[in-house]
Amino acid sequence: MTTLKASVGSPYARILSIGSALPSRVLDNEYMVQFIDSSDEWIQQRTGIRERRWLAEGETLESLALAAARQAIERAGLQASDVDALLLSTVSHFHQTPALAPKLADELGMVDAAAYDISAACAGFCYALAQAEALVRAGSARHVLVIGAETLSQLTDLHDRGTAFIFADGAGAAIVGPSETNGIGPVVWGSDGSQAGAIWQTADWQSAVADGSWPALGMDGRAVFKWATSFIATATARCLEEAGLTPDDLDVFVPHQANNRITDTLLRYLKLPEKVVVARTIQGLGNNSAASVPIAMDSLLTSGQAKSGQTALLIGFGAGLVYAGQVVTLP
Amino acid sequence: MATTEEIRSQLAELVNDVAGVPVDEVQLDKSFVEDLDVDSLAMVEIIVGCEEKFGVTIPDEESKNLKTVGDAVAYIEAHS
Repeated sequence: MTTLKASVGSPYARILSIGSALPSRVLDNEYMVQFIDSSDEWIQQRTGIRERRWLAEGETLESLALAAARQAIERAGLQASDVDALLLSTVSHFHQTPALAPKLADELGMVDAAAYDISAACAGFCYALAQAEALVRAGSARHVLVIGAETLSQLTDLHDRGTAFIFADGAGAAIVGPSETNGIGPVVWGSDGSQAGAIWQTADWQSAVADGSWPALGMDGRAVFKWATSFIATATARCLEEAGLTPDDLDVFVPHQANNRITDTLLRYLKLPEKVVVARTIQGLGNNSAASVPIAMDSLLTSGQAKSGQTALLIGFGAGLVYAGQVVTLP
Repeated sequence: MATTEEIRSQLAELVNDVAGVPVDEVQLDKSFVEDLDVDSLAMVEIIVGCEEKFGVTIPDEESKNLKTVGDAVAYIEAHS
């Protein structure tokens, strides 16, 4: 009888650092309403968005992802060669094969790192964070670079008055590594493929190529809002319970920046104490999908609204439908 | 079985909580959109809130017909 050795990991994992990168083109609501029958006031009232960031000439999904990743690696006090796995979450890498993650790993100077893309839309960062935590604790990797990067402007139909003003671009990254104490709580996650039609790409690539069109993202706003304010509200509460915490233990709440009205409803449901700092980066950045949670964390930390060592509740939710959330200690 | 007034009163609290409308204004003859200034997103929340509060199921095709407070109260009375 042969005996297989099992990998041995760290007892716990935590987020060691966060980084982010934003594109430089700033578009306000007045710009967007050139293309749709809407107004600045209507957009702000329904979403909280005042302006969003879109790619400028010369900026790409890759350049944003690399900039966010370099910042995270540097802030962790590591060299790229210390990082042995890279997980990229994106729905806006249009070259399906090969995945973008190996290329990013190479350009960052990572050596022979495990690298792969995942597709979990707006839940992507929290999905990848759960995987990173598991890899570190299982001993499959020591330091994992998690990147959420999106260029949804390239999938935006400027003439769709339900979505044109929502989507945006950006990248956020985190290094997850070993820890003596726990810094990442149990993931609460799942999917509901019966609601695949709630947020979707308007045409698959095969038919888009056949008729020479370029697909966009479509959304049944009502269905998404209903799901986010009912099912996701209870899932978010479960993240706290699974971590053995109550709302009073929380310092920071970082929901995916889908819509300020969804955030408002989650807050009403969760009954978080006043002291809890709530991420509202959607106001100036729009909804940049998998990038929104790490960008929001970085924004709160660099502005001083949140501090290292504080306890933050993260929840991502989006196309799939998929969702994932966990409580973390901020780096 | 809750009375019409009890349902209206509980619904008024829900509308107040979601949309900040004073409870006294949530009367049976009032239209959610026209009179109470409840927008489509707040209406979704009110529907979800009704489902929880009154233990009813309100399918999307039905919820579109609930124009007034009275429509909602009648639906809840008939289905709870």
